[in-house]
Amino acid sequence: MEKGARVSQDLVHFETDVLVIGSGAAGMAAALSAGGAGASVIIADRSLIGRSGATIMAQMTVAVALGSQTPDASEFHLADTLKAGRDLCEPSLSSLVCEEGPQDILKLDEWRVGWARNEDGSIRQAHAPGHDRPRCVYVDFLSTGPAVAKTLRGRVLREKGVTRIGDLYITDLTVTDGVVTGAVGFSMADGRAITIAAGAVVLATGGLTRLYGRNSASANMAGDGFALALRAGAELIDMEFVQFFPIGHLAPRLVGMDPIMWDPFRYKLGGKLLNAEFREFVNDYGNEEEGRYNVTRDRATFAILSEVKAGRGSPAGGAYLSFQHIPEADLRAAFGPVIDRLAANGIDLTQMPIEVAPIAHYHMGGVRVNRAMETTVPGLYAAGEVNGGSNGANRLSGNAITEALVFGRHAGESAARFARGTGRTAGAPQAALDLVTATTGVETENYAGDIEELQKVMADLVGPFRTEAGLTEALARIAAIKARLGALPPGVPGLYDMARLDWFDLRTMLEVAEMVTRSALARKESRGAHQRDDFPLMDPAYVLHHRVRRAGDAIVLDRVPVEGSTLVEVA
Amino acid sequence: MSITATLTVRRGEGGQMTTTSSYEVPYTPGQSVLDGLRYVRAHLDPTVAIRHSCLSANTCKECMIQVDGKVDYACTARLEPREMLLEPLGNKAHLRDLVTEVAPPDERLAHALAARAKAEG
Ligand SMILES: Cc1cc2nc3c(=O)[nH]c(=O)nc-3n(C[C@H](O)[C@H](O)[C@H](O)COP(=O)(O)OP(=O)(O)OC[C@H]3O[C@@H](n4cnc5c(N)ncnc54)[C@H](O)[C@@H]3O)c2cc1C
Ligand code: FES
Repeated sequence: MEKGARVSQDLVHFETDVLVIGSGAAGMAAALSAGGAGASVIIADRSLIGRSGATIMAQMTVAVALGSQTPDASEFHLADTLKAGRDLCEPSLSSLVCEEGPQDILKLDEWRVGWARNEDGSIRQAHAPGHDRPRCVYVDFLSTGPAVAKTLRGRVLREKGVTRIGDLYITDLTVTDGVVTGAVGFSMADGRAITIAAGAVVLATGGLTRLYGRNSASANMAGDGFALALRAGAELIDMEFVQFFPIGHLAPRLVGMDPIMWDPFRYKLGGKLLNAEFREFVNDYGNEEEGRYNVTRDRATFAILSEVKAGRGSPAGGAYLSFQHIPEADLRAAFGPVIDRLAANGIDLTQMPIEVAPIAHYHMGGVRVNRAMETTVPGLYAAGEVNGGSNGANRLSGNAITEALVFGRHAGESAARFARGTGRTAGAPQAALDLVTATTGVETENYAGDIEELQKVMADLVGPFRTEAGLTEALARIAAIKARLGALPPGVPGLYDMARLDWFDLRTMLEVAEMVTRSALARKESRGAHQRDDFPLMDPAYVLHHRVRRAGDAIVLDRVPVEGSTLVEVA
Repeated sequence: MSITATLTVRRGEGGQMTTTSSYEVPYTPGQSVLDGLRYVRAHLDPTVAIRHSCLSANTCKECMIQVDGKVDYACTARLEPREMLLEPLGNKAHLRDLVTEVAPPDERLAHALAARAKAEG
């Protein structure tokens, strides 16, 4: 007998009012509000609770109209959000983030998250690109995400009705008569299959940027929630809009640091983007950056990649970012310990520029929800980066954490309310159970290698610049990798089996890659984060969402109007 | 010839570490041990288990192993162009290869099951 088989094959079953999948800011906020409303809650994460997604990695800032240092109001924050979204935001969702953000940020302050202060004690607000005034709160030094995650985790720990289960990988949702009634998964630690019957389920699984070769993602950002929602029959929108972070770290190799760390350096200190000729170029592309760093992400990405294409990129294929004009004392005052961490990597900013390039960073598209965070399937709620609609074609920096907090709170409340009115349906679909209990022979296919191949396809052909030919080729290559995915995961349920995990991840990533690529192919224009070389202009006829759904085994794509727009089909 | 590093990994599950496997991986200055292990998984042997989430931000703290007998994060320990011995932590329950049980006890499945059994009396 195979060794792993000695691990119990018993099916573990749980019952709960609300199941929250994912424990980033959105999941923890949902668990807190559902628990606060009296529901029993299970919060499950495929890795460690509160430590494995994007939230803890967010080093920078959180946008919120507090007006603590410059007068501000949610209307101004909303105006900037809608402008960045290039006419594709759902205003009712964006306005929820802007109106209620302050409440959640102040709640975190009460919980001692440690927002940086001005000398007069007011909460400090930095001026990030795309915002009309200083609006972004943060925790020094580059500790915003860790502080938010730790604070929320501490609160979740105290909430009696909430059970936390880490290393629980959810593989499918259970749908009974068109209503989501729970989920199926397995324990990473020991391989046991798990079913959970829930009155309501909140998806808070974060984004999909692991689909791309160069990314800021963790291993858990394979886009699970998009695939779970699709398979459960929910609608998704705007899947073509992947945000590339323009100045991700490229070279020299930097370990122990977040690849997007250079942004706060630019807010606080300036910093010059230079091409291979050591010349500033961002303003050559219709921008007006004067000392202040104010160009939005899509425009900066465009400028850098255009220079690379024109043969003026840095050696590793990006742009130089230089802080050489800034005195060392200023660098230290702004980033203290971070300067030492850089030194340990052999980087002295006073002496050398570093190289940066656009990397996949955030997903604007996702599960379609209303203001109550209801998806289009009863019993299923979604919150955080897995949602679509609030950021349109391009997200304003700092809005993601705010949205995770606000949407998470609403999703938890709504799910608790729904669960109160429903019973529990035990039982799970046999097909899903077959996957998590499968015992198969030794696998010859290397799924970790297939994942790497898929990441290359997405980066090369479905990256920031797209063409009809490239996208069509990408679909063919996605299909070719899919043909190699066996019907069942390899091996037997066992202890921390990563080869088995790779099978589940690849299954998800292929589905999600297809949704992104198909949507990108259908959008024959350039808007925000979606840039088509063959359709370089924004076309007003495309102020529409691409919607994807499942019909049988196929993914179908059509268009739905943007809230407040009269356009129903491409003219 | 290009420069390589050799990663010798202790293998096995549930505390039974019966073998080691050695892998030769390409070496570029500045890379981490985790970079090398990820190369192994994608190109040489996907069955090698190394737990990690954040890859290079060093926020998840899941990738702690022993590198040449010293406890370190696989994502911050530097890959070096020589043979390196990689072993799981010695003081945590062993799961597979380089993976040990690092989750806080009250966030594990076993804890949830025990708590439920207790609640049900
Ligand atoms: C490096 C980096 C820096 C960033 N900086 C900022 C910033 O400064 N400001 C800002 O506003 N935004 C920033 N963002 C974006 C922001 O961090 C995210 O959009 C936000 O944290 C998402 O929160 P979330 O709760 O939706 O998802 P996450 O925090 O990503 O959490 C999702 C969780 O779901 C779990 N999960 C996934 N699939 C499954 C499954 N199948 N079963 C069980 N669990 C699962 C994951 O393990 C993870 O723990 C940054 C993102 C990155 C990657
Ligand atoms: S991989 Fe996250 S700390 Fe090493």
